[in-house]
Amino acid sequence: MPEVLEVSGLSVDYVLDRGDVRAVDDVSFALGRGEFLGIVGESGCGKSTLLFAVAQLLAPPARIAAGSVRFKGANLVGLTDSQLCAVRWRDMSVVMQSAMNALNPVKSIGAQFRDAMRAHGKPPKDEIEARSAEVLRMVGIDPVHLRSYPHQLSGGMRQRSMIAMALLFTPDLVIMDEPTSALDVVAQRSLMVQIKELQLAYGFAVIFVTHDMSLISHFSDRLMVMYAGQVDELGATRTVFDRPLHPYTQGLLEAFPSIRGPKVTLRGIPGNPPDMARLPSGCRFQPRCPHAIDKCADVAPDLVELDEVVVRCVRRQDGSLPVTAGQEIAGQEIAGQEGSLSR
Amino acid sequence: MSIPLSLGQPAGEPRRLPSSHALARMGRAVRSNRKATVGAVLLLFFILVALFPGVIAHDNPSLDAYQPHLGPSTAHLLGTTAYGQDMFAQLVWGTRNVMIIAFTVGLATTGIAVLVGVAAAYLGGLWDSSLGVLTDVLLVIPLFPLLIIIAAYAHGGGTLLLIVVITVTSWSYTARQLRSQALTLRSRDFLQAARVRGERRLYVIVMEVIPTMTSLIVASFLTNALYAILFASSLQFIGLGDPNTVSWGTMLYWAQNNAALQTGQPLWAIAPGACIAVLGAAFALLNYAFDEIGNPALRPVRRRARRPELRTVPGSGRA
Amino acid sequence: MRFALRRFGFFAVTLWAALTLNFLLPRLMPGNPALAMMSKFHGELSPQSLNALEILFGVNTHTSLASQYVSYLHQMVTGNFGTSLDFYPASVASVIGSAIWWTLGLVGVTTILAFLLGTGLGIVAAWRRGGRLDSLLPPVFVIASAVPYFLVAMVLVLIFGISLHWLPYLGGYNVTSDTPGFSLTFIGDVLSHAILPALSLLITTIGTWILTMRNTMITTLAEDYVRMARAKGLPGRRIMLDYAARNAILPNLTGFAMSLGFVVSGAILIEYVFNYPGVGYMLLQAVQGEDYPLMQALFLLITVAVLVAILVADIATALLDPRTRTAG
Repeated sequence: MPEVLEVSGLSVDYVLDRGDVRAVDDVSFALGRGEFLGIVGESGCGKSTLLFAVAQLLAPPARIAAGSVRFKGANLVGLTDSQLCAVRWRDMSVVMQSAMNALNPVKSIGAQFRDAMRAHGKPPKDEIEARSAEVLRMVGIDPVHLRSYPHQLSGGMRQRSMIAMALLFTPDLVIMDEPTSALDVVAQRSLMVQIKELQLAYGFAVIFVTHDMSLISHFSDRLMVMYAGQVDELGATRTVFDRPLHPYTQGLLEAFPSIRGPKVTLRGIPGNPPDMARLPSGCRFQPRCPHAIDKCADVAPDLVELDEVVVRCVRRQDGSLPVTAGQEIAGQEIAGQEGSLSR
Repeated sequence: MSIPLSLGQPAGEPRRLPSSHALARMGRAVRSNRKATVGAVLLLFFILVALFPGVIAHDNPSLDAYQPHLGPSTAHLLGTTAYGQDMFAQLVWGTRNVMIIAFTVGLATTGIAVLVGVAAAYLGGLWDSSLGVLTDVLLVIPLFPLLIIIAAYAHGGGTLLLIVVITVTSWSYTARQLRSQALTLRSRDFLQAARVRGERRLYVIVMEVIPTMTSLIVASFLTNALYAILFASSLQFIGLGDPNTVSWGTMLYWAQNNAALQTGQPLWAIAPGACIAVLGAAFALLNYAFDEIGNPALRPVRRRARRPELRTVPGSGRA
Repeated sequence: MRFALRRFGFFAVTLWAALTLNFLLPRLMPGNPALAMMSKFHGELSPQSLNALEILFGVNTHTSLASQYVSYLHQMVTGNFGTSLDFYPASVASVIGSAIWWTLGLVGVTTILAFLLGTGLGIVAAWRRGGRLDSLLPPVFVIASAVPYFLVAMVLVLIFGISLHWLPYLGGYNVTSDTPGFSLTFIGDVLSHAILPALSLLITTIGTWILTMRNTMITTLAEDYVRMARAKGLPGRRIMLDYAARNAILPNLTGFAMSLGFVVSGAILIEYVFNYPGVGYMLLQAVQGEDYPLMQALFLLITVAVLVAILVADIATALLDPRTRTAG
């Protein structure tokens, strides 16, 4: 199956007065047709920056320092806005975190849909109206709201109308930056379910960035864990959940409570993410890692494939940390909730 | 675009700036920002002239002993007025009057504004709303016509009247600005910490809040000084200052009265006018530089070649 | 609706404040200045005019301050501003009536031009961030803001009026050769006399408009919905105007109106330099002639004009922003 997206060695720098800071460091991954990739990490790990870099939406002082982003075979890095126009929205669309901020407050929803459609060809008025109504219905919103302004809709409706807008041309790839974070838990879940249903129905690939690992685990095909600008683990969701290799991934899993299953002590990950301008020596995670040894501060590990998963960990790679350590709880999670797409 | 949280900001540590630290930071900022340096140098120049006028101009500015209507020459750098006074001497000695007005009004206005603004933020309630109403009203009533009316009733006052009148009408806007900032500071971490330590309110206000507002206070001083100069010289220009004082504004008054522009003595009007502009520009430059220092988004953007990554060959990615 | 009521309330309060200020000022000055003025005209004024003036200035009255205040307000509301002393026996109202059109024309046209040109330049400067226009603007207009209004006027007079003889620089029209009317020569005369004053006013006021528009545009351009517009592949101009500028201009409108106070100050000084027969020039003449009734009335007029402008700007903001329209 030809890949929809191929990111190679992507690095993003922030150009600041006191020197460039690398927010995304040498990230590579590929995405197949209709595949759902979840990207997880703490605030500040670079996941949003990565998304914008892929969508070519960076603004100064951020800039792509190295790497390529091949979308359906063509490298998008370095193209001008007018060159990108052909691809934008038609083949690749974006859903942002806060619809309140992402929608123009002085234009009605319908007008914004119209702008998007008119930017790519000159469809006649009735075609625009028909399609706009159709996508709204797809997400469960009454088309009468085309006349509404963003502030007149509820939070959940706003997010869903953003998703509707993203599907105007049924693109091949939809990039989503924490679209559920601003919603309450119930709305979150129902929105996720809706996104998954649409994805299965229309077959578009999704890159979904979030800090909420438990939420994404039920919907994504593959999971990528980011820390301090780097990919630390990447593999099939179930595999990563059953058997997290990176101590950070383990920490994330252990930090989420489960309604079912045995009561376990919640453990957070002590410490804070590093200052990107002053990274620790060797492995970036070692100051907070419960399994760190001296070697971890000396060697900066590469991403290495290990049992169907790529992981960046000194001790996993040299075998000094056996794969079976600390896996029990995670396995039960997935087993108990597998296949439940009920609302 | 939000810069990743962990870019150089140690998490959790509240930012506080004791005044000495703030002033040092400002000093560094002034030196690095070109606009600020130019402004500071100009200001310093005028201050020196105001302090030591006799060093530069040897003539008595009010003495009308010379031949009138002379053009510039080595004896009279700018020529003489229609009354036979040396223009250059007037210009130099007039600096003192202008600087006195600028600094007195600037300091007085800012001082009152700090007191009232911070008090309003902390006392709240009736104090706060009265200040609000007062400021909004004064903001809307056009100041210059008001100044004209007051000065007219007083039959044109001397420098002191100008200072008092300008101060009284200008302090409220600054007070409001300072109040807003004081309000936001009230709930900040390091102030909570001070309260928990048991520090008394007044101590907190004087030793913690006010030093943190240093940059806004300095900016207010600069703005008020600038407006003081413009308003005062305008009032003097239309004859509402004391025409017998030696000042740039009064020079302009006499120049206008004698139709200086039409009768071929343009310097009489242009010279003091230009000085006002330059001194005003010094204050304005410093003020603008402080604006940029406070709000990095406004700083000049170094224009880079479009999409430099176009040139770099996309790196050989690692799978 | 509540929003409109609040603004009207504010309007009323400020108007009341201005009236009260007018009332108190002559009474607060040491040695009521009106006293001297009154004695000059004692024999020449009719008893009603005299009475009206006495009420205005608190001269020769043995009534309490409070009752003076009431009569004063009554007079103001009925539009009785007294008789002008400079232009005796014309009433203040009629005198103002002749001057007001000149100022309206000058200030009105210049403000509209400054607004259009200023916001346009500000938008483009922010859009091409880091370009020539953007780096040039801030320092140029920072300096321009410090230049006193009359200096600009004088320099223009010197260059274009006196040295080059291109344009007239005194008065509103050529008093000796023309009579007011709707003839083409008169209108042409008026226009040529208006060029230099208008140019002075334009130069001194446009700076703030450009700068504030640029600054709000810069902030707006960092908003998510602008990035979203880019993501949708919208053409640059549409993003600049429809998404950025339309949002950036909203907070500026009221600020623009507030800055009218400065436009007014500029107009007064510029009219003075050019002897332009507008309201500002008249105010200064009144000051020099100690024509206090005229002075007071002009002050009130100017204040009301600024207030009305602010009200209009507020209404415009409310109309343009759908968020206020549907809210309370």
